[in-house]
Amino acid sequence: MNLVFETSRPGRRGVQAPDLDVPERDPRKLLPPSSLREDPAELPEIGELDLVRHYTALAHRNMSVDANFYPLGSCTMKYNPKVHERVARFPGLAVLHPMQPDSTAQGMLAMIRELESLLAEIGGMDACSVQPASGAQGELTGLLMIRAFHRDRGQPGRDEVIIPDSAHGTNPATCTMVGLKAVEVATNKRGCVDLEALRKSVGSKTAGMMITNPNTLGIFEENIDKVAEIVHAAGGLMYMDGANMNALMGIARPGDFGMDVMHYNLHKTFTIPHGGGGPGAGGVAVKKILEPFLPVPRVIEKGGSLAWSEEFPKSVGKITSYYGNVNNLVRGYTYIRTLGRGGLRRVSENAVLNANYLLARLKREFPVAYPRYCMHEFVLSGKNLAKETHVRTLDVAKRLIDYGYHPPTIYFPLIVPEALMIEPTETESRETLDAFADTMIKIKQEAQENPKLVQEAPHTTPVKRLDERTAALQPKVRWTRPA
Amino acid sequence: MDYVQTTPAEAAEMLKVIGVPDLEALFKAIPPAVRLRGKLNVPPGLSEQAVLDLMSGHARRNTPVSEFDSFLGAGKYFGYIPSVVDALASQSEFFTAYTPYQAEASQGNLQATFEYQTMICELTGLQASNASHYDGGTALAEAIGMSIEHTDRKRVLISAGVHPASIRVARSFFRERDYELVEVPLEGGRTASLEKLIDDRTACIAVQQPNFLGYLEDLDAVSAAARRAGALSVAAVEPISLGMLKPPGQAGFDIAVGDGQPLGVDMMYGGPTFGFMACRMELIRRLPGRIVGETKDHDGKRGFVLTLQAREQHIRREKATSNICTNQALMAHCAAIYLSALGKQGLPKVANLCLQKAHYLGDRLREVAGLKPAFDAPYFREFPVKLTRKPADVISKLLSKKILAGADLGRFRPEWKDLLLVSASELTRKEQIDRFATELNEALR
Repeated sequence: MNLVFETSRPGRRGVQAPDLDVPERDPRKLLPPSSLREDPAELPEIGELDLVRHYTALAHRNMSVDANFYPLGSCTMKYNPKVHERVARFPGLAVLHPMQPDSTAQGMLAMIRELESLLAEIGGMDACSVQPASGAQGELTGLLMIRAFHRDRGQPGRDEVIIPDSAHGTNPATCTMVGLKAVEVATNKRGCVDLEALRKSVGSKTAGMMITNPNTLGIFEENIDKVAEIVHAAGGLMYMDGANMNALMGIARPGDFGMDVMHYNLHKTFTIPHGGGGPGAGGVAVKKILEPFLPVPRVIEKGGSLAWSEEFPKSVGKITSYYGNVNNLVRGYTYIRTLGRGGLRRVSENAVLNANYLLARLKREFPVAYPRYCMHEFVLSGKNLAKETHVRTLDVAKRLIDYGYHPPTIYFPLIVPEALMIEPTETESRETLDAFADTMIKIKQEAQENPKLVQEAPHTTPVKRLDERTAALQPKVRWTRPA
Repeated sequence: MDYVQTTPAEAAEMLKVIGVPDLEALFKAIPPAVRLRGKLNVPPGLSEQAVLDLMSGHARRNTPVSEFDSFLGAGKYFGYIPSVVDALASQSEFFTAYTPYQAEASQGNLQATFEYQTMICELTGLQASNASHYDGGTALAEAIGMSIEHTDRKRVLISAGVHPASIRVARSFFRERDYELVEVPLEGGRTASLEKLIDDRTACIAVQQPNFLGYLEDLDAVSAAARRAGALSVAAVEPISLGMLKPPGQAGFDIAVGDGQPLGVDMMYGGPTFGFMACRMELIRRLPGRIVGETKDHDGKRGFVLTLQAREQHIRREKATSNICTNQALMAHCAAIYLSALGKQGLPKVANLCLQKAHYLGDRLREVAGLKPAFDAPYFREFPVKLTRKPADVISKLLSKKILAGADLGRFRPEWKDLLLVSASELTRKEQIDRFATELNEALR
C-alpha cells in the first residue's frame, strides 16, 4: 500500500487551523531571519477522509489482542478493559498540566499515592515510586538506588551485579548504564539458579543480584530464600525484575522472599494497552532501607492536603521529566481497584492454570525445556523438529500467523535452543487455548509432511517473509521523494 | 470483578487434563515459608459502575486546564488536538498490539512508524530518527550518552537554557559515570559564549531552541563552536516551532531531540508523552531504541521491519549502551496523525498562531500591566516577565480568577526568583489575553 507521503497531493488540506484573532505582525520582524526555516517541512498534504482510510488500512495490517490470541511470552498480552479507556479520557485526569498548582490536582496526587501504596502491598514492600516510564527505567532506578545505598554506607567499591543466564537483556544493559559489571550465574538442571555457582560468584565486590521470579523459563525459583540469604550474607541487595508478577499476585510477595527492590511492568501485570510498543509504565518498589533513595518528587501530606516534595536529600533524582506515564497509571490503578484483593489472586491462579493447561496439551508434541509444572508461562524447544524436518522455530512462528495467531516469543531465553516462550494469560478461554494447541500440532504435522509450506510461511499476510538482512546492511529509515 | 472467562466447571476439567487434583498443586514450587499467609491488604473489587464512580471522584478533585484561561507552558503546551488523532490512534489494532517483533503480522504499525520517522527527519532536518523515546528529558540524556560514546570524551556542556527537568534527568542518568556535566550560563536570556568552556575534551554541547525561557538561541554559532572543537552538537527543540524555525540539521547540528507532546498528545499531567530523537546518518548505529527500516519481501514487494537490532539490549546485553525497549509508540502514532492532519501548510500556520499570540500577550502585558519581557531577545511562544511581587503569590491570586498565570521560575533557579514564565498557544484567545493583562495588573498593585 501507499505511504501517506505517496497519497499526498499539493494543495490538499486536512484539519484547518483557526484564523488569527490578534493583529498580525511580520514574523521576519519578530524573529531574526537567520533563525527561520527556508522551506516548509515536507509533511503530507491529505484530506481528512483519505487520512482516515490510510490509518484504517494500516490498522487492518496489524495483529492485536482485540483481534488475535497473542501469547507473546514475558509480555503478558492480556485483555485491556474498555472501561480503562473511558476513565483515562476524563478531562479531569487527562487535561492536566504537570506544573499546575497542587491544589488543583488533589485527586491525581491522591490516586498516585494510593497506587504507590497498593503496589508496595502487592509486592510486600514498604514504599514505591511510579515515576519510571517503563520496566527498563525501573531497572535503571533500582540499580541507581542500590549504588547510592552502598555509597551511603561507605562501600562504593561494590560494583558487581549477579545475573542468571536466563535474564532479560535489559538486566545486563542496565548494569552497564550505571557503571556496574554484570556477572553471569548458571541455571541448574531444574531451571533455577545454581546455588553452588552463586556462592562462588558473590563476595566483597557484590552490589547485588538481579533476578526474575518466576524466571524467564516460567519457573518459580524454588530456592529463592536461599539465593537471597547468600547474596545478603555477602553484603549485596536483591533486585527483582517484576516482569512476571502476573503469576504471583496474592500468592507470594517478593518482599516476603527476600527482595529489597523490584520493578513492575504495569503494562503487563496491570493491563495497560501495549500501544504497538509502548507507552508502558514501570513502578519501582523498595524495602525501608532503600526508601530514602527513591526518585523525586514524591507525594507528601502537608497541612491537610497533598503536595509534591523534593525534600529527600538522598534521592537518586529525577528519572523522567515529571511523574512518569501518569495516564497509564490511571489505567493500572483502575484495574487494581476493579479486581480488588480477590480478583488479583484470581488473575494469578488463572494465569498459572491456563499456562499449565496449554503446556499439558503441547508437552507430548514439543520437548519442554524444563519439564515440570510451570507458572504463568513455559518454554518449548523446537530443536527436535528442526533436526527432523529442517523446519525451525522461526518457521513455526510464521506459520502461526497464517492461522490467525500472534506467535509466541521466540529464541528467548537464550539458554533454550529454538525456544518458543508461551504466555497465554488468564483472560483467554479454554476454547482459545485448545484451538491454539490444535494448530501447533497441525503445524508440526505440516512440517513433517510438507516442510516447504511451513518454511515459506506466512502465506496470507500483506507481505511475505521480509529480508531483514538487507534492511540492516543498507538502512533505509525514512521515505524520500523519488528523483 | 475480573476479566477471567473460565468457569469453575471448566477449571476442574482443565486441572484433570493437567493431571493435578487442585490449583494448589501447581504452586508447589513456591516454598511454604515464602507464601503469603492471609490476604493482600487491598480493598475488595468493584463493579464497572462502582469503579467509574470512584474514578469520577478522583477526576472531580482536579481542575482540567481547559477550565482556566491558561498561560502555563514551560515545556508542556495546551494545544488543539484534532478529533482524528484519538479516533485513529485508538483503533484497537494499534492500541492492543505490542512491539512489532513479527514484521509480517505488524505491517500497519511498522509502516506508521516509518512514516513517523520520516516526519521527524523532515521537521529536524536530519536523516535518521528512532521510533521514539520516553520524553524530552530522557531523549536528551540518551543523546548526550551517544555523543560521549561517539567522541570517546567525557565532558559535556549543557546550556542553562535547557529545560531544568531535562538537565536533572541527565544528571540522574549519569550519576554513576565519571562524566563531567558543565552548565553554560545564560547572558541576557540566551546561552553565553562557549569559547571559554569548549575544548578538545568536550563530547558535546547541548542547547534548547527556543530555550526554557522562550528565547531563540543562535544555533549556527553553537554548531560552529562544537565543530571547531571536534564535539557533537545536540539541540532540544519544541516541535511546533519547527513549523517556522530553522531545522537543527540545517543549522549544522548532529542530533536533535525534544518532547513530542505538542504534536497532538494531551498533557496528561506529564505523561505519557514521547521523546523524539533524530541524528545524522553517520550516527545511526549509536541511536538508541527501535528503528524501522524499509525492505522487500520474497516477492520483491515493499515491507517494513525493525532494523539495526544489533545495537539493542536484547542482542548486545551488557555491551548495549541503553536499556530502552518499550518506548512510546502510540504517542508517536498520535504525532504522525497530527502532522498529517495539519499537513505541510497547517503546521506553519499553527506555529504562526503561537508566535503572534505570544507577541500580542507581550504587548498587552506591557501596555496594561507595565511588564516587559525580562530580557530583550527574540522569543517564539513564551517569555519571562519580572514581577514586583512573589510569583507564587501572584499565581495563587490569579488562580481564584480562573487563570493559570504561568510558571514560577524561582522553583528552578534562585536567580530566576522574580520571574514568571508566560506562554501562549493557538488555543489562547484574544479576550483571554486581555483579561489576563487586566487581572495581572490588578494583582500586582
